[in-house]
Amino acid sequence: MATLLPFRSAPTPPGLPMADDKYLSIEGIARRYPAPGGGSTTVFENLWLPMRRGEFVCMIGHSGCGKTTVLNILAGLEAPSEGVVIADGREITGPSLDRAVIFQGHALLPWRTVLGNVAYAVSSRWRSAPRAEVEERARRAIATVGLAGAEHKRPAELSGGMKQRVGIARALAIDPKMLLMDEPFSALDALTRGTLQDEVRRICVETGQTVFMITHDVDEAIYLADRIVLMTNGPQAKVAEIVENPLPADRDRAALHHAPGYYALRNHLIDFLVTRSRTFRDDPPAGYDPRHPPVVRPTLSDADATAIAAARRA
Amino acid sequence: MRASLSLRAGLVSALLLLAFLTVWHVAVGGTAKTEAMDPEYAALMGASATTGKSAMPGPLDVAVTIWRHLKDPFYDRGPNDKGLGIQLAYSVGRVALGYLFAVLVAIPIGFLIGMSPLMSRALDPYIQVLKPVSPLAWMPLALYTIKDSGLSAIFVIFICSLWPMLINTAFGVASTRREWLNVARTLEVGPLRRAFTVILPAAAPTILTGMRISIGIAWLVIVAAEMLVGGTGIGYFVWNEWNNLSITNVITSILVIGLVGMVLDQLLARAQRLVTFPE
Ligand SMILES: Nc1ncnc2c1ncn2[C@@H]1O[C@H](COP(=O)(O)OP(=O)(O)O)[C@@H](O)[C@H]1O
Ligand SMILES: [Mg+2]
Repeated sequence: MATLLPFRSAPTPPGLPMADDKYLSIEGIARRYPAPGGGSTTVFENLWLPMRRGEFVCMIGHSGCGKTTVLNILAGLEAPSEGVVIADGREITGPSLDRAVIFQGHALLPWRTVLGNVAYAVSSRWRSAPRAEVEERARRAIATVGLAGAEHKRPAELSGGMKQRVGIARALAIDPKMLLMDEPFSALDALTRGTLQDEVRRICVETGQTVFMITHDVDEAIYLADRIVLMTNGPQAKVAEIVENPLPADRDRAALHHAPGYYALRNHLIDFLVTRSRTFRDDPPAGYDPRHPPVVRPTLSDADATAIAAARRA
Repeated sequence: MRASLSLRAGLVSALLLLAFLTVWHVAVGGTAKTEAMDPEYAALMGASATTGKSAMPGPLDVAVTIWRHLKDPFYDRGPNDKGLGIQLAYSVGRVALGYLFAVLVAIPIGFLIGMSPLMSRALDPYIQVLKPVSPLAWMPLALYTIKDSGLSAIFVIFICSLWPMLINTAFGVASTRREWLNVARTLEVGPLRRAFTVILPAAAPTILTGMRISIGIAWLVIVAAEMLVGGTGIGYFVWNEWNNLSITNVITSILVIGLVGMVLDQLLARAQRLVTFPE
């Protein structure tokens, strides 16, 4: 049997330097729907966002601001009313196996087993692969998310967390260049959510996956993201700012709240969600340019400064 | 006492049957008052007039007839005297053929209607108008164009099986969950593979419901159709036995028609269970 590729996208061949810094680039997209009384309502407009290869980006915003729509556009499931999205140097015109989607409602095919669901994705990716190889890849993906032994269960026999693991396995199994996740853990209880966040983080760090994830859980964004995109409320939502996560790359969930910068970041995000997401549209900061949304790195609060000092002494 | 529910239900069923048979037996067994008459006239009038015996057979007469049919279901003594097994085989064969054609037509067209809003709207008026037409109303047209009574019966079965399958397939296909379709789309699954791997399994329980309704209707209609076209089949048998005034055979046929209908329904129910998935 042919050797199996690891779950890792091939490194960019030399000679394609731009691809790394703007691996994915949202360029001025808008989404409008016809309004009931004629005219149109704008869900969001003039959205710009570059993403680097290997980066974990979380998008945060209130319900209805158009996060799912943005993700669907990145997935190629919907087309923007204006603007384009460039992925790996090419405009997105439809869905692609390069961009795997983890759906909010897990979206498993209930008539297939766990193995069948993952194998369906694998055989879609490698159409002429022999059965044995398809199954082998599927089994490995299932083992990666810790579901080995449950291959022959049907989705109805699984807990919510296990279903979402299968969704993750299905996405990973096709060896995508990018993962798109729409509030993947929002329907889970806190304990399961934490475990799955750990798993996703481990897998993404190990494989250097580029991830775009939607969430409205501030702590989830802090734990997982390298950068956090803040969306204002809809309609006419915008990217208010892009927050750089100051926390170190090797994060420990248990010690997260001791990490320097944690409180400053958390307070900044919550402030945004509580007030600024609402007031931003009518009162944007001076010099706001939607094409280059301000990049923010929250300054350390006193509590953080103490924590850093303690860390240095240690 | 929950565990014995089916036992008790069975007991009640048996008691009801016994009561029914008893009432039946007593009702037809009673001798009415008879008048003395000329023996030649009495021979013409038959037993009901001479001994007061009811013309309606009792359960024992029917049992004897059933036993006789069971012993030799496939005898063939000319066009008007064939075994019950042969007649049933004709009917089941016609239903199977007409039904099969209906499946072959209804499921692809149902897919088309379910997947294309344009075709759905374009074909809707025809379906709405043709669906409520009694399948037997097609019979003269079928006889006139096909010029073969057996084929005409098959056509009538085809027509009456068509609509429930067509409508259920279209509905099942159209209500395939968007997220499952999106899964296929993000995996770049082509339209044909998507139809077979996502839409068909998703719609299968609804399609099978339609197929089950259809087989029920087809079995209802075949009896009437065969009464009209004559020649062979269980429907013709019933009508012929009525003309022969053989009420025992008519009652036997009713029982057998019911049993076969039940078996057909149970077959489809089993198929339905096979494709139903828990969510
Ligand atoms: N087909 C549609 N017609 C009109 N408005 C729509 C349609 N689909 C979505 N919307 C609107 O788009 C907005 C954004 O939806 P969505 O992307 O699901 O938001 P989010 O995921 O942030 O909660 C919602 O306010 C919704 O009302
Ligand atoms: Mg959403």
